[in-house]
Amino acid sequence: MTTPARSRLTRPRLPEPRGPVSAGVVEALRSGGSPVTDGAEATADPYGEDLQLALYVLYELHYQGFAGAPADDSREWDPELLALRATLEQPFLAALRADAERPASAAAALDALLVEPAGHRPGSVSHHLRRTHRLPELREYAALRSLYHLKEADPHAWMIPRLRGRAKAGLAAVEYDEFGAGRAEDVHARLYAELMAELGLDPAYGHYLDAAPAAALATVNLMSLFGLHRALRGALVGHFAAVEVTSSPGSRRLADALRKAGAGPAAVRFYEEHVEADAVHEQVVRRDVVAGLLADEPELDADVAFGVAATSLLEDRLGALLLDAWTQDRSALLPGHHADAVARPA
Amino acid sequence: MRLDPDGGPLLVDGPVEVVTEDGTTHFSHRPTVALCTCRRSARYPWCDTSHRARAPERADAPDSPEEEPR
Ligand code: FES
Ligand SMILES: [Fe+2]
Ligand SMILES: [Fe+2]
Repeated sequence: MTTPARSRLTRPRLPEPRGPVSAGVVEALRSGGSPVTDGAEATADPYGEDLQLALYVLYELHYQGFAGAPADDSREWDPELLALRATLEQPFLAALRADAERPASAAAALDALLVEPAGHRPGSVSHHLRRTHRLPELREYAALRSLYHLKEADPHAWMIPRLRGRAKAGLAAVEYDEFGAGRAEDVHARLYAELMAELGLDPAYGHYLDAAPAAALATVNLMSLFGLHRALRGALVGHFAAVEVTSSPGSRRLADALRKAGAGPAAVRFYEEHVEADAVHEQVVRRDVVAGLLADEPELDADVAFGVAATSLLEDRLGALLLDAWTQDRSALLPGHHADAVARPA
Repeated sequence: MRLDPDGGPLLVDGPVEVVTEDGTTHFSHRPTVALCTCRRSARYPWCDTSHRARAPERADAPDSPEEEPR
């Protein structure tokens, strides 16, 4: 098993395809050739396994790439792969715009997130986990979330060149903290790798890709989509604010859940760190990043609100899938040997 | 130093050392630190967002994203 410190040194294997589009993408990377999909992307479900996995793989070329794809590094800007990515992004973005709620303003969207429920909230994964504190569920949750947390805060760094002044300074301050404030051992992605190792999971980057259902991939694809398009900078700011605002209380529930489940200190530490860190990040993001961006570009207000609403939409979809599986005593992971390894306590 | 207009924390540049009433010294090396002003924080003197308004339990409460850190 990979050690936490080496988590980001490994490249994941190319995943098992989930349909014609992802098969075309995976084969193109394996062979070094052109993607052949026979136009299947035209009819693919925008939230479905095939499209979301294909998008995930194409986006991964901008992060760490894959093992077993020899020319991988040079394919990040391959025009054919980029063209295919665009044809997958369009229906995904259109579905998000159609399905996400339309808050009256960015401020209204964020204000709604600033109110905490007084007690247990049904439908919330962190509330559920705090109540049940079952280790198998916590391990599945950690495995699924690893697709983001092992590259925590990376997609948001793409915002930096698109912002200026107060918004840029605020974003950089938060990112500096996410990246360990000058200490490699405090990089949040590294803390997450330690959490995984503590829970008996493999902290190798991308290890659980094959086990992650589309609803989990979509939450990561959202950040990559917003981060890689300057036109969507307002939406990325909204997404960033939504996550930072909701994270601190949620992290407290997850820290409680892990403690009650008997998980070790490294697992608890990741969430405890976020209780405190995100209480700060929330303030900086709202006062400097959101307010700064909207002072410079007030016409982006609706985009910021959209970013908040799209985040809620995808998180709710994932939450519903997880709770549906767990309340029926099923695994929420896709079947396969990685999923089996998660289901068996270490 | 900045005060949250909504009754939230005081933001100060770190690192800081805070001595609480009982004489205990608390240290934070964060670049920016949020000091609790509402006294409700479980991690006092640091803010943990306990100052937030609480909504009564409602089955039709508005959805919000799954509180996931980043
Ligand atoms: S000011 Fe935030 S918890 Fe007290
Ligand atoms: Fe973080
Ligand atoms: Fe954060």
